[in-house]
Amino acid sequence: MSQPIVELRGVTKSFGPVEVLKGVDLTAEAGRVTALVGDNGAGKSTLIKGLAGVQPYDGGEVLFAGEAVSLHHPREAARLGIEVVYQDLALCDNLDIVQNMFLGREEMATGTFDEGRMEAEAARALQTLSVKTVKSLRQKVASLSGGQRQTVAIARSVVKQAKVVILDEPTAALGVAQTAQVLDLVRRLADSGVAVIIISHNLQDVFAVADDINVLYLGTMTARIQAKDTSPDDVVGYITGTKTMTEVQA
Amino acid sequence: MSTEIESEGPAIEVDKEAPSLLGKGAHGGVRDAMAAYLRRVRGGDMGPLPAVGGLVVLVVIFASANPLFLTERNIANLFTQAAPLVTLGMALVFVLLLGEIDLSAGVTFGVAMGVFVKLTQPGGMPWPLAVLVALGIGFVVGASIGFFVARIGVPSFVVSLGLFLGLQGVMLVIIGAGGTYRLIPAPIKAIQNRNLPPWAGWLMLGLILAVLLGVALVDRQRRAASGAPNPPVSIMAAKLGVIAVLGAGLVFYLNQNRGTAARTLEGIPIVVPVVLVILMIGTYVLDRTRFGRYIYAIGGNAEAARRAGVNVPLIKWSAFVVCSMLAVVAGFFFISRVGSADASTGREIVLSGVAAAVVGGVSLFGGRGRLVHAVIGATVIAVITNGLGLLGFSAGANLAVSGGVLVLAATVDALARKRSGAIGV
Repeated sequence: MSQPIVELRGVTKSFGPVEVLKGVDLTAEAGRVTALVGDNGAGKSTLIKGLAGVQPYDGGEVLFAGEAVSLHHPREAARLGIEVVYQDLALCDNLDIVQNMFLGREEMATGTFDEGRMEAEAARALQTLSVKTVKSLRQKVASLSGGQRQTVAIARSVVKQAKVVILDEPTAALGVAQTAQVLDLVRRLADSGVAVIIISHNLQDVFAVADDINVLYLGTMTARIQAKDTSPDDVVGYITGTKTMTEVQA
Repeated sequence: MSTEIESEGPAIEVDKEAPSLLGKGAHGGVRDAMAAYLRRVRGGDMGPLPAVGGLVVLVVIFASANPLFLTERNIANLFTQAAPLVTLGMALVFVLLLGEIDLSAGVTFGVAMGVFVKLTQPGGMPWPLAVLVALGIGFVVGASIGFFVARIGVPSFVVSLGLFLGLQGVMLVIIGAGGTYRLIPAPIKAIQNRNLPPWAGWLMLGLILAVLLGVALVDRQRRAASGAPNPPVSIMAAKLGVIAVLGAGLVFYLNQNRGTAARTLEGIPIVVPVVLVILMIGTYVLDRTRFGRYIYAIGGNAEAARRAGVNVPLIKWSAFVVCSMLAVVAGFFFISRVGSADASTGREIVLSGVAAAVVGGVSLFGGRGRLVHAVIGATVIAVITNGLGLLGFSAGANLAVSGGVLVLAATVDALARKRSGAIGV
């Protein structure tokens, strides 16, 4: 296998006396969809927030393209090309699509916004993702449906040519058709050479789109396996802790 | 053509079937732009429309009830009456956009003005130095509110209410109960009491139009260079045309002699260009800089802004500093008009400032509104005050009506918010 673009080695994180991550390993490779599953409280969100630089890890190593990096601020993650699409979308309702896609990394020219350039890049990103339902780039995000918002949130990561895109429950609030659309989009994102990490409770979605499956159980990674080598029943077993897997290196 | 944009990351294939969204909606043709605007208004995002409507109705009512209302002298008077409120309203927009409030803005300028007039009494310090001291007081007050709100997380309502009471105490100490200090420095007095020569009024209008046109043209050129289509020229021309016509009418009107036979009085009050400069700079900051964009983002969804890498506490803190310092500027306009400062200076104006912003269409929930909205809202309130005064109503009636207008505006704001949540525009 090729060198993973992101590799976590033994990361730990505690909140006071509560140890949420007890030395977790995770790898994500370009062009593959890596699923991260686990029950509530298993530590999925904490793991992701560390990668995003929002909530730094206490210990362990983060390798990006083979080199150790520190992730202590969202900007550091963004600079490496790590983008997170959060479950609650993290979009500002009162801003329009372009403003949201460029929030925190606006294109500037001579001290002011280069709106034209941002608009052109946003249009390209949405076109890349075959978005057909949005009327105008200058529409306020408040006016978009759940699926459209998810699309804008994902397009936010495309617009800056992200190398790693982390999706936190991208289909949780969506209907059937929109879920299919978003999963399709996730696949397309990975096929374009991005390393995608997807968190989901929905095993049907996971098996539909993931190449690798990682199971987190109470702060430890209990299973790392290719999707084609396992079954939903086994994965449920790993998630609930009734089954364990010792062979870790895939 | 969008595939030609160079990309550093992995090349992503562009789906040729998906239509490009460039040049749709507000940046499309005239019809697209109109449709987008109507959609927004129907969705409850009415901006200053109710205030503008209300303003027209009020002017018609007052003008027909009392012929004095539309005289040149009263209109000039209206401008100088409105100037402190307009400026205070603009100051408050910066914190209202965050979804915060500053109830102490009025007494902040009260304290700053108390210190200013005391320092500039005969034998005191030179007035430019005292101006800096007054602005410094604004900075300190804003910085402390900002510290408590942004760093510690105390609700701004409580912090600023505490300061509202505390600073009144400070004022009593500085000025003494019942004491009044006369404003001495002539340049400060001139702001509200002197007028531009008629030619300067026209020059001012010309400069404003030139700046607006210049900015619009640079924008268009830059958009064209980026491959983004421009909105139709006709829309730009129409906007500038409206400003030119209204501005020309006003300059012409105020350049008429409104004095007596013995003493001519003509021209635009000096405060008007000063307020316009503040408006233009502030609008530039809010619309075109990261600081401004992040204020809106925090007002819309602070968590989203934080995750996008925005330094939320710093932006919030800065907004409170800007608010308090602009409030001090409003204070200068206030004492320039009144001619003195006493222990109650600025105590009553702050809620009118909030009302001005809200009446003009700035949302109390944060994230929605522009500086010009505060200007329009403040004008509405000034017209009410002025008009009711001319009709011989008591100060009590004026307070009651202004209060009613504030509640009405806040209701419109809440309904608009509900509506935009429901139909999602």
